Amino acid sequence: MAADEYTWERFDRRRRLTRFVVFLVAAVTVVGSWQFMDIGVANPDTIPREIADLLTRMYPPDVAYTTQIVGPLIETIHIAALGTIGALVLSVPVALLAAENTTPNAATFWLGKLIVTVSRSVNTIIWALFFVVAFGSGPLAGAVAIAFRSVGFLGKLLGEEIEEIDFGQVEAVRASGASSIQILLYGVLPQIKPALVGLSIYRWDINIRDSTVLGFVGAGGIGVQLFRAVNAFAWQSVAMVLIVILGVVVVTESLSAYTRGLVR
Amino acid sequence: MATGERRWERPTVFPRREIKWAVYAGVVGFFLWSAWGVGADPARIVQGLGSLVSLIGDFLPPSATPRQGERILEKMLESVAMAMVSTVTGILLSIPIAFMAAENLSPKPLYALNRGFISVSRAFNAIIIAIIAVKAVGFGPLAGIITITFKTVGFFSKLLAEDLEDIDMGSVDAVRASGASPIQTLLYGVVPQIIPRFAGLSVYRWDINIRTSTIIGIVGAGGIGSVLLTAFNRYDYQYVTAILLAIIAVVLVAEGVSAVVRRRYQ
Repeated sequence: MAADEYTWERFDRRRRLTRFVVFLVAAVTVVGSWQFMDIGVANPDTIPREIADLLTRMYPPDVAYTTQIVGPLIETIHIAALGTIGALVLSVPVALLAAENTTPNAATFWLGKLIVTVSRSVNTIIWALFFVVAFGSGPLAGAVAIAFRSVGFLGKLLGEEIEEIDFGQVEAVRASGASSIQILLYGVLPQIKPALVGLSIYRWDINIRDSTVLGFVGAGGIGVQLFRAVNAFAWQSVAMVLIVILGVVVVTESLSAYTRGLVR
Repeated sequence: MATGERRWERPTVFPRREIKWAVYAGVVGFFLWSAWGVGADPARIVQGLGSLVSLIGDFLPPSATPRQGERILEKMLESVAMAMVSTVTGILLSIPIAFMAAENLSPKPLYALNRGFISVSRAFNAIIIAIIAVKAVGFGPLAGIITITFKTVGFFSKLLAEDLEDIDMGSVDAVRASGASPIQTLLYGVVPQIIPRFAGLSVYRWDINIRTSTIIGIVGAGGIGSVLLTAFNRYDYQYVTAILLAIIAVVLVAEGVSAVVRRRYQ
């Protein structure tokens, strides 16, 4: 801006130009995407009608169906719990590898990062496809899938916690002649324990949501029931299943929030 | 701790030791029940992992014929396109809902209604929404767009509403005091305060939407997921690996872009 000019401007010309170009590119991309899909929304106005139709079919929810949901629902909760425990056991070594201050060398560091990345990039439902092939269909495959998906999340966040610990304490434990296992147990673990508990509960909460869909690929839980009801066009039963899932998720979420509040 | 007593005790969240042990016993008992309920006996796990190891050979090396490669590319573009469109539609729908779900800007009944909607959207996994959308509008990317839009609204309006609740009402009052209409108050008092967070959240949600769009094809809602499920059903495991590598690559690129943009806005 010239020295004798006193008008205030939020952005100079170059930043205005960049902003304009960014907006333009974004707009073109979105319009291009819409064209590309060629989804043939001949009558977009039919969409609200279809959805309204579905909702009227769902009402009233089939309360009598509840007796058939209880079993699969408990199975879903079991899958989430076991998956979380499995993930916890697997993720501690992964976190130690993926943290810069505890990993033995560069190769192990990258191995840790690789495990974390692959686990996080592959959705639970894809992991479930694998483990249904390995274990056969059923809740065990689901639990293992949940565990493998959660390792990346827990490993990454625990690793970040480990990187922030006070290394003085670790040195002190080492100086007293502790073995490497003892260093981990008495130098590292006490410092990350609150994070360990908090993150596990948080992940358990996410895992409850995730395990509701495992049934679609044959990995057990309430998803089986939901899928069956949808395929039979039993919309009132579908509504009942959805209400039950909503209830469980809301309860889990408040339980998780409450417990995390305690350990924080 | 009584004065004069010098015994150190480890800090704990439990008020009494009995409660602590009861909680621990309860948790362990629950996990044992889970293990029994799921049928997780060690022999079965070892056997399953064994068959997994022998399966790894079937999955490697990743391979795809030129036609399969084209199919991956085409469906992956469809996934990305779905994510692009539904990020925009989702955010557009989120803005009014976020304003109505902010406690300081919205009347009580409207607030409760919109919070309820947000909870419903967040409670259901994308796959569940997708399967219902597919029944409503048929197979294909349209169902996917509806699904991702719906999920975006829950996420985006929740976080945006929380930001709106944190704004400095002083500057809003200042704008109002200068004689601004409600619309002008919104535009000049509220909006400038949330723009940076808004941009960061949009990019973050776009990143999540790319991930979601790669899997909802499994229930027929368009995108690469459908190809993955077909390959699995045909036992064409080397093709599965090729598709997975493509998914991981796209997810990583999206995550990288999102991280860079968010860092610039913070």
